[in-house]
Amino acid sequence: MMTLKYLLEKEFKQFARNKFLPRMVIGFPFMSLLIFPLVANFDVKNLNLAVVDHDHSPYSRRLTHKTTASGYFRITDASGTYEQALTAIELDRADIILEIPAGFERDLVRDQTATVMVAANTVNGTRGGLGSAYLSGIVNDFAGEIRGEWLASAPRLVTPTFEIVPQYRFNPNLDYRVFMIPAIMVMMLTMVCGFLPALNIVQEKERGTMEQMNVTPVRRFTFILAKLIPYWVIGFVTLTICFGVAWMFYGMTPAGSLGTIYLFASAFILAISGLGLVISNYARTIQQGMFMMFFFVVTMILMGGLYTPVASMPGWAQTISDFLPLKYFIIVMRAVYLKGSDTAALLKPLAALSCFAVAFYAWAIVSYRKRT
Amino acid sequence: MRQFFAFVVKEFRHIFRDRTTTAILLGLPVVMLTLFGFAITTEVRNTRFAVYDPSNDDTTRAIVERLAANEYFIRGPVLTDPSQIQGVFQRGEAGLVVVFSRDFQQKMATDGTAQIQLVADGSDPNTSRTLVVYATGVISAFALERMQASGVPFMISSEVRLLYNPSMKGAYNFVPGTMGMILLLICAMMTSISIAREKETGTMEVLLVSPVRPLQVILAKTVPYFVISVIDLATILLMSVYILDVPIVGSVPLLVGIALIYIFMALAMGILISSVANSQSTALLMSGMVLMLPVIMLSGMIFPIETMPRALQWLAQIVPARWFISAVRKVMIRGLGFDAVKNEIAVLSAMALFMIAASLRRHRTRLE
Repeated sequence: MMTLKYLLEKEFKQFARNKFLPRMVIGFPFMSLLIFPLVANFDVKNLNLAVVDHDHSPYSRRLTHKTTASGYFRITDASGTYEQALTAIELDRADIILEIPAGFERDLVRDQTATVMVAANTVNGTRGGLGSAYLSGIVNDFAGEIRGEWLASAPRLVTPTFEIVPQYRFNPNLDYRVFMIPAIMVMMLTMVCGFLPALNIVQEKERGTMEQMNVTPVRRFTFILAKLIPYWVIGFVTLTICFGVAWMFYGMTPAGSLGTIYLFASAFILAISGLGLVISNYARTIQQGMFMMFFFVVTMILMGGLYTPVASMPGWAQTISDFLPLKYFIIVMRAVYLKGSDTAALLKPLAALSCFAVAFYAWAIVSYRKRT
Repeated sequence: MRQFFAFVVKEFRHIFRDRTTTAILLGLPVVMLTLFGFAITTEVRNTRFAVYDPSNDDTTRAIVERLAANEYFIRGPVLTDPSQIQGVFQRGEAGLVVVFSRDFQQKMATDGTAQIQLVADGSDPNTSRTLVVYATGVISAFALERMQASGVPFMISSEVRLLYNPSMKGAYNFVPGTMGMILLLICAMMTSISIAREKETGTMEVLLVSPVRPLQVILAKTVPYFVISVIDLATILLMSVYILDVPIVGSVPLLVGIALIYIFMALAMGILISSVANSQSTALLMSGMVLMLPVIMLSGMIFPIETMPRALQWLAQIVPARWFISAVRKVMIRGLGFDAVKNEIAVLSAMALFMIAASLRRHRTRLE
């Protein structure tokens, strides 16, 4: 027990004397949580629309006006030809083209049917796809309006339609921040508690201080525990800073209890730091350790469901994501923050995170050899 | 010149003698691009939808059939009471619940309209919005067909053309992004230890008393990593074309040219970090961890820059990956020529020069 105390004292002193680390542990989560919640936004608004109006009729002007009135589009280009509008798309001055053919009004009145052309830049499929869906919807609404005006005199000709009402549970205004803030917190925790331990043991190896450690009677179990506990503390500091910033600047507090989050976080931090120590044990140089951890951290961030849904990944990728501790933790964070779930509702992620924590800790002990 | 080559040879030996690290440097980008190229997508496919249908008539059944036939949706549980909706979302059994009003068909006949509620799980705003828009599209198309069949006048049909990515593949958007992230971070991490390591192992002193000039030191340190990065670039491009199915529509030399400028810039950035940091671990944390955040969040890789607040859009302009990703999307996916990417090339070149100049300034010829 005394050994552990002295080892911990050594670790904390080393950490505090480093010029870069303490500043980073405080500043990094603070800045990130301040700035990045504003970034994450898939809102499809303010799409730049290029209108090619060959008709110049009252109807075509009304349709054009209706597109801007919807709030989704702003007209940035009024070209004479489709080719010119296409150039606007190539120069990124426009995202989507609405082409109204000559004789649009005449066709609509005489033949009672007309066609418009919509062309969207779909390199970003979400933006292009939703944009063209919105635009087609506006065109349909416009047709309904015209129909209403012409048929007002003949009310017998009722056209049956559906009224579609969307409703969003848990987040009725579709606020992206409530989605993003838990994700950024998890990302911070993964980076801080992942990278630091990954560099720790291997650094002692490279500097030669490991030799001294190896000749002491310190047991492997105690040694690894002394390496883990500081990251546990650092992780809790990081998480607390995150909570503070989210509350102060974004007015966001969890719907569930903070205690639940800290409980799950303690298992998650143990798992991530454990993985870091495992890597540190296997790496021969700091560079190797960093590259390996970099791989795991980026994989967790990009495949764990932080920013893109796990459900839209192919089957084999979903299987991989089952082995990422982050996937379970982000489920917990979102559930507690948004839906107010309690521990009882989250037993499965709790079991998974505890397994990861125990497994990585055990692995870190086994992979630490007192021989060089 | 001979001095310079001797120096380059020293650096090459340093790197390639460490087989494991070389293998990691060459293998990592390939593995990462494959994983993320397939996995990162905001496409919403195969979502389960639940149905609460108290009327259960021909029209409502036809609408459910339509939704189930669509590639975005899979038929999920059938609910018997609206109170079950909450539970369905909490257990994650469905992403969308379609709720029909009572006496649906009858209401349509008498009132001319009937209500369909689309209830989505809003905890992921992007997915839920996309689901609602897609479901609305499917139902509207169904309504339109019915109207056409019954000869309703004043129809305007929209003929939709999807430019550059007609099958709406997520990879077309995310593969350029992933390339930008991997190249920048890996290149910067490679060179960021170079000078820091010499400082830490004490060999820096030997270097400083030698007649090698600072610019030569910096360039000689980038050369071997440049070779490794070019191999990485070649594998990445081959992978994206042959494995991820993202074709290079535009000119290959132009794409490679842009990528080479970008790689050089990233390596120079690593050197700059190396000359600022005083230990390897600090250098690696700066290049791998601190740099990773702006590259993922502000480069337009996942989140479109156009929808960010104005101040962050300005901040995004100093993230090099933002320019590279934009250029790759233009050349590789959209097949545009040199004129369209002039700005990107100019900015990346300027950044590269800046990095070299700044590292030269930081490079001290004496130790503290």
